Amino acid sequence: MKVLQVIDQAFRTTVEEQDDTILWLTQSMRGAGADLTVLLSGHGVHYAVQARRQPALVLGSWQQSEPAEIYRDIRRLVDAGVPVYAVRDDIEERGLQQSTVQAGVALIGRQKIADLYEQADQIWQW
Amino acid sequence: MTKTLTFAFMDPPFESERTVTFFRLLDSALERRANVRIFAYEGAVALAFALQAAHGNAVHGRNSDEEAHPLTKDWIAALQQKAESYGLTFEWINCGLCVDERGVNEVIDGCGRGGPPDLWRYASNAFNTLTIGTR
Repeated sequence: MKVLQVIDQAFRTTVEEQDDTILWLTQSMRGAGADLTVLLSGHGVHYAVQARRQPALVLGSWQQSEPAEIYRDIRRLVDAGVPVYAVRDDIEERGLQQSTVQAGVALIGRQKIADLYEQADQIWQW
Repeated sequence: MTKTLTFAFMDPPFESERTVTFFRLLDSALERRANVRIFAYEGAVALAFALQAAHGNAVHGRNSDEEAHPLTKDWIAALQQKAESYGLTFEWINCGLCVDERGVNEVIDGCGRGGPPDLWRYASNAFNTLTIGTR
């Protein structure tokens, strides 16, 4: 079974969970042998252009020691053979076209999204 | 042949109308005679927490019994009973790490602990899967 994971939100739960929960879920299931593809769309395209670690949360004397590393998680997925796509139109709409897209992330035009959907047995829209 | 539907959900009890809608979908799935499997992720692991407790409401002018505050653990139990009455299966697994960080280890009967491989297993053997991410 092939599953397309569609992530169209960004930076939800990333502070407390210290990762994106769907990228984490994808890595975990990949480790269990799942056949997955990731599509970053909408606000999710921000993940394709992350270049550094999230800033640590500081509250009083408490300081976070392991903030999220989105670019690391994307790289791990790519290295594990998970195709990762980002919607070019969504990147441009958000003014991110001058940012460097992480190596291994393939840009796809909005008109071609249906092709990705057609290739999957199930679509998991988060 | 009876179809099986898998659901993955992330929202906790009480704050979000999405949680109510989620349970309506589960109820509808059973009503349409589908077996149901749920993978509860992040905040949703609190939905089955056995120690949820109802309370009275002075503003409503009702004591605890009168207020009958809805508790999601009771919703799950009701759906378990509905499934059984229809000869269907209703399975619920909480993501274990999510349970640990929230301290909601006590769950009602019929709900278990697992992880992402269980979601993959559930989905692989389902007619289809609906994922409802958090906002």
